[in-house]
Amino acid sequence: MDLELLWFCLIAILWAGYFLLEGFDFGVGMLLPFLPRREEDRKAMLHTIGPVWDGNEVWLIVAGGATFAAFPAWYATMFSGFYVALLLVLCFLIIRVVSFEWRSKSESSGWRSLWTWANAIGSAGASLVWGVGLSCLVSGVPIDSDGDYAGTFWDLFSPYTVFAGLAVVLLFVFHGATFLTLRTVGLLRDRADVVARRLALPAAGLAAVFLVWTVVVAMDRNDKDLFPPVLPAALGIVALLLALVFLFRGRNARAFAMTGLGAISVVATLFVSLYPRVMVSSPDFENSLTVDGAASSHYALAVMSVVALIFVPVVLAYQGWTYYVFRRRVGGSPELS
Amino acid sequence: MSSLAVTTVDLARLQFATTSLYHFLFVPLTLGLAPLVAVMQTLWYRGGDEAWLRLARFFGTLMLINFAIGVATGLVQEFQFGMNWSIYSEFVGDVFGAPLAIEGLAAFFLESTFLGLWIFGWDRLSKRVHLATIWLLALGTWLSALFIIVANSWMQRPVGSKIVDGRAELTSVWELLTNRFAIWAFIHVILVGLTTAAMLVLGVACWHFLRGRNVELFRKAAKLALIVAVPVSAVNLAVGSHLGVVITDYQPMKIAATEAQWNTCGPCSFSLFQIGGFSEDDQTPAFDIAIPHLLSLLATDSWNGEVQGMNQVQEEYEGEYGSGNYIPPVRTTYWSMRIMAYAGTLVFLVAAVGAFLYRRRSLERTRWFLWTGIGAIALPYISALAGWLLSEVGRQPWIVQGLLKTADANSPSVGTATIWLSLAVLALLYGVLAVVDFVLMRRYARLDPPEVGGEGDEFAAPAVGY
Repeated sequence: MDLELLWFCLIAILWAGYFLLEGFDFGVGMLLPFLPRREEDRKAMLHTIGPVWDGNEVWLIVAGGATFAAFPAWYATMFSGFYVALLLVLCFLIIRVVSFEWRSKSESSGWRSLWTWANAIGSAGASLVWGVGLSCLVSGVPIDSDGDYAGTFWDLFSPYTVFAGLAVVLLFVFHGATFLTLRTVGLLRDRADVVARRLALPAAGLAAVFLVWTVVVAMDRNDKDLFPPVLPAALGIVALLLALVFLFRGRNARAFAMTGLGAISVVATLFVSLYPRVMVSSPDFENSLTVDGAASSHYALAVMSVVALIFVPVVLAYQGWTYYVFRRRVGGSPELS
Repeated sequence: MSSLAVTTVDLARLQFATTSLYHFLFVPLTLGLAPLVAVMQTLWYRGGDEAWLRLARFFGTLMLINFAIGVATGLVQEFQFGMNWSIYSEFVGDVFGAPLAIEGLAAFFLESTFLGLWIFGWDRLSKRVHLATIWLLALGTWLSALFIIVANSWMQRPVGSKIVDGRAELTSVWELLTNRFAIWAFIHVILVGLTTAAMLVLGVACWHFLRGRNVELFRKAAKLALIVAVPVSAVNLAVGSHLGVVITDYQPMKIAATEAQWNTCGPCSFSLFQIGGFSEDDQTPAFDIAIPHLLSLLATDSWNGEVQGMNQVQEEYEGEYGSGNYIPPVRTTYWSMRIMAYAGTLVFLVAAVGAFLYRRRSLERTRWFLWTGIGAIALPYISALAGWLLSEVGRQPWIVQGLLKTADANSPSVGTATIWLSLAVLALLYGVLAVVDFVLMRRYARLDPPEVGGEGDEFAAPAVGY
């Protein structure tokens, strides 16, 4: 069995899980300063993601760890090459982590609004950088013949990658809004519904353009055919259009499932467009890092496959259970009695 | 060119040292406080004494404030291997990456998910299931310590691997996991965690005794803290000393430098304090106080055991690895070992005196001890940070003992300006975090523990949450 391919798929799945899960909690974070009118509603919004955001973020940490273990050369080149971008991500994620914990620790409205904005900016910034960074893997960055990054921070930006970043941000806000329609009550729920409906068309439109553009870039820069990248891209476009339809028919659970599928399709399209490379080099295409070239030894991959086989189902079971435990909607006033 | 390269490595090392030490300010408390809070909640669950519930929630809040920064700074740790040390990452990923990935899968998911369940689950889960969540959280923190120690121990004593085409490859995961170094280091770290948490609980109790507030409640907390702190800190002195024996076997240079022992000795005396004797040009201390035979005993477990000197190991390494300087910074390793050991011993003494006073029922009235107890909160931290300095500085010039040198391991594509930028940004961010964290910890440690079930029962709408 081709363990290199298996681990490439596993890392794609970890990123997909990250986009699906942290996608909506980033979205809730970005809506935090705008959606609620009262402090109770703002608290309620935080409570919808309170029990789960930390677990959602672990999908990223495991994706990072798995890349280190399964594709050391990819991890080394990507993390040292995207240095400033990752430093930005770290800052965004750190201020976001502490905003959750510290916001409630003082009654002062200035303090609370500080951490409300910290959460929103952290969420938006991290989403933007992930959109730019992941799309760069496909569109290509300068890599030298030793496999080291040979560009600067600014080489990460092109019309395509910036567009990708914005599309991801908007998609996450949309995903977060559909999530809130399911998890809140009353005025807050109504406002989330209005926002989701307003965002549906622009978010779906931007994502659709981004997905099509990714397929074009993959054909142009990464020597790919129309198939198979077009399949996940088409799936994503259909999912987001369906999200729009469901939303206007008041089928919010289905709409949320579709925005989630949209987030997964974005990752799927990027990774399918990337294979069999892990980082495309541009302009010197022959310096691109490949799945086989960057992979760890067969034994190391086999060991980790066994571990993943045991733990992934267990993790899915207890994370799923957490969502079941906290399935009840969260209201503006405490519904905890 | 070469001087520029040196600067990049130095900066990358400085960043790794500061961010790792900072991260480890938060780790031991989490390792120790999670099980202590679990014990408190268990005592409430089994005996129905609401005092224990109040204490579990009170110290749970402190645990959470602390946990948040541990998570945030842990992210930096994972990223910076690749960011600053790309050659290292590519060299070790096959071996070192595996425990890191397993740590994420087996431990981080467990910690973060069950932390969420514990904070928000008070009214959604049955008492029994809710109790299980805090124990699973504690298990997660211990597993995460286990896997990261396994990874670090491979850098100290590379086992279960071979070099293929200039990269380390895993050959036996069993050898990796049962590395003798890892087993002792793991026990050591867990005991450090328990000691740190117990001393914090004791110190907070002392503060409340001084104010004469919640005395009955905090007497229970102090008792639990002392029951943990006295034996654990004592056993940990022995475990730490045994870790020294393990190091003697695999890293003779580290031990020699730690003892500022330039020439092979046997029997060897242990230097308690010395002035001078820390450099190749100045190998004899101007003044020292030493205990005969003690170093032989500590390093080799025998009365007259031989300990190799730096000059001899240097000669041996030159034969094995080629010319170069294989001696780590002697002054730093010498003093970090002593600070670690002296602070660790003081912890035990404070805890033992506390236990004595507790048994005489005068603990809460002995004012000098109460102040000491508050100050002693800092001791395990000092000891632990010094311990990591010893462990990592003592391995230099190697990043992976005998396989890869630190100077050859950093990212070739990252320049000094970039690292300066990240150092400045992280220093600023970490500085702010430290101040806010300290202020919050102090404020919440001084609060009266919330009443249970009354009108003001805030925790159902989690007092420890948002």
